[in-house]
Amino acid sequence: MSTSPGGVAPAPRTPPASARRESGHDTPLIRADKLSVHFPIGGGLFTRKQMLRAVDEVSLSIPKGSFFGLVGESGSGKTTLGRAMLRATPITGGSIAYSDGEVHYDLVELPKSQLIEYRKRAQLIFQDPYAALSPRMTVRDIIAEPLEVMGITATREATDERVRTIAAKCRLNLEHLRRFPHAFSGGQRQRISIARALVSSPRFVVADESVAALDVSIQADILNLLKALQNELQLTYLFISHDLSVVAHICDHVAVMYLGRLVETAPTRELFRAPRHPYTKALLSAIPSLDPDQRGTAQKLEGEIPSPTNPPSGCKFHTRCPYAIDVCRNTEPELDHMGTEHEVACHRWQELALHDYD
Amino acid sequence: MSLLDVQHLTLQFRTDEGLVTAVEDVSFELDAGEVLGLVGESGSGKSVTAKALMKLNPENAVYAPDSRIELNLQQRTIDVLSLKSGKDLQLIRGGAVSMIFQEPMASFAPAITIGDQMVEQLILHKQISKREARTISIEMLDRVGISDAAKRFDQYAFELSGGMRQRAMIAMALSTRPSLLIADEPTTALDVTIQAQVIDLMKDLIREFGMGIIFITHDLGVIAQTADKVAVMYLGKLVEQGPVREVIRHPAHPYTRGLLNALPKLDDLDTPLQPIPGDIPSPLERPSGCVFHTRCPLAESRCRESVPEYESFGTGHKAACFVTAEQRGAV
Repeated sequence: MSTSPGGVAPAPRTPPASARRESGHDTPLIRADKLSVHFPIGGGLFTRKQMLRAVDEVSLSIPKGSFFGLVGESGSGKTTLGRAMLRATPITGGSIAYSDGEVHYDLVELPKSQLIEYRKRAQLIFQDPYAALSPRMTVRDIIAEPLEVMGITATREATDERVRTIAAKCRLNLEHLRRFPHAFSGGQRQRISIARALVSSPRFVVADESVAALDVSIQADILNLLKALQNELQLTYLFISHDLSVVAHICDHVAVMYLGRLVETAPTRELFRAPRHPYTKALLSAIPSLDPDQRGTAQKLEGEIPSPTNPPSGCKFHTRCPYAIDVCRNTEPELDHMGTEHEVACHRWQELALHDYD
Repeated sequence: MSLLDVQHLTLQFRTDEGLVTAVEDVSFELDAGEVLGLVGESGSGKSVTAKALMKLNPENAVYAPDSRIELNLQQRTIDVLSLKSGKDLQLIRGGAVSMIFQEPMASFAPAITIGDQMVEQLILHKQISKREARTISIEMLDRVGISDAAKRFDQYAFELSGGMRQRAMIAMALSTRPSLLIADEPTTALDVTIQAQVIDLMKDLIREFGMGIIFITHDLGVIAQTADKVAVMYLGKLVEQGPVREVIRHPAHPYTRGLLNALPKLDDLDTPLQPIPGDIPSPLERPSGCVFHTRCPLAESRCRESVPEYESFGTGHKAACFVTAEQRGAV
């Protein structure tokens, strides 16, 4: 086992619940506070300028060493939130604090010199391993590029050494490094993407739908690799996915987004055992069961996710929620602490929880 | 007599690198009102098999001489592979057989309204007037749960949301009342809550229209929710087929077992995910003997040398594996 650079002590896999807000000494690796990302759209000669609220006042803490899942349907803003945490999208409001024990950055106000340093510490693994790799570069050059661009290694020997080390961790051998990406299968390509993301020794990795394009038999292999690398390299992941069964297996914390808002967040087991938000419940029950005798038991949601340019008033979910009442249509619910780490944004969660037998 | 009878379908593609086998000796049957789930990973040949049923594969496709695809309609039997001219093929394409795809944007022309496309297809296949075609189309849109169907009829595909587009495509595919519907990953691009709606809709339509359906997907959960029978493909071979309960609860082929073990299951979060070792081989380097032997935990020397025959493991449940046949004692 290698220790991470700087000799940072291994973080506990799941920090105790109290580590979040109450006690100040064990701060999360990254924490967003009322973070908003709005995109202006339209505004042509004849169209009125509109605001697309991709992420709207989201507060989220990612504990150091966690495998943090972010789920939601298309248009929920999960990818934009991930990009914002990498400072890869303009931020409209709120703040993001990054603190890994060596450096502390306020990401929204980050000067350019520090942004370059932050790029070494925070990396992204893409969804499509076919689109993410340049067909004209050898695998060695693809993995080495971040080192050269960010000036991490001084000599070619040092670069090669670093590339070989990280490639080996991602189960790529010397023979692989000489070839071009087209010679590889989807699973192998994704291992190349992972090696490229990890070559600069990041602490924080955003994996955006990183297994969604893979076949089931390969997907399990990549998930196991991500988990092994996390333990070995002391990584903290933000794992963005639409697939709840994958998230249930790999993540220790989960946050659920709907139309730019965070509706529920909890430790994984807790969330899957006792989901509180009606949207989370509907998402869970919509997953097709592997049991052919359990057909049609899903709790069906009506309609589709509304447009983020024209979101509903009050609770964003009220247009599809079977339990919506007047207050839901008028007032937007805040995230409510219901247990130590379980938060839910629903006016009626307590009342609805009484009817559940979990 | 089954609605669809596929026997020894073997299909190769002529390429610069020689003949590439996409489908090898695939046989299956489908009755009216029955849903067959065709499962497999990328490169397994599931889509190529489905397209062969409408002879939709490109020019460089070579069918082996003993391949047979028979469609038994009420009035007549069609030998699909012997159809040559465009006019003959119209009997099946969009007529007796319809297909819906993963990406609905790809099957609607972007600059023609949804209604015009539906009408055009109906007039082509049925002897009806434009006015009747319009009425049928609007009824069909309404039937698949599109609100304000008369208005949607005059809209373009890009004006509809993803779920609505998928419904519109289903409406178009069913408006000619096909005997066989091929659905190629129809819910894969959809969000899970929308997928649940579309699966529900399809189940209703199967009951109402009574056509046979081939449901192609890589998602075994979707299969468990919709299919009566399952056929599992790997590298162009059908390795296992049988009733859905049998195959999912007592999978006989090591590949099917591997797929089920690799699947993250919500009711069991403690068992680690078990990937199938190795990668899917390139179709240019098809393994000898059993095509799965390069990744199979049970592989023995005979698996590398000879191709296993189908053995029966119960009513309609068949799999091609030497080792399982011995262990489980084929029926």
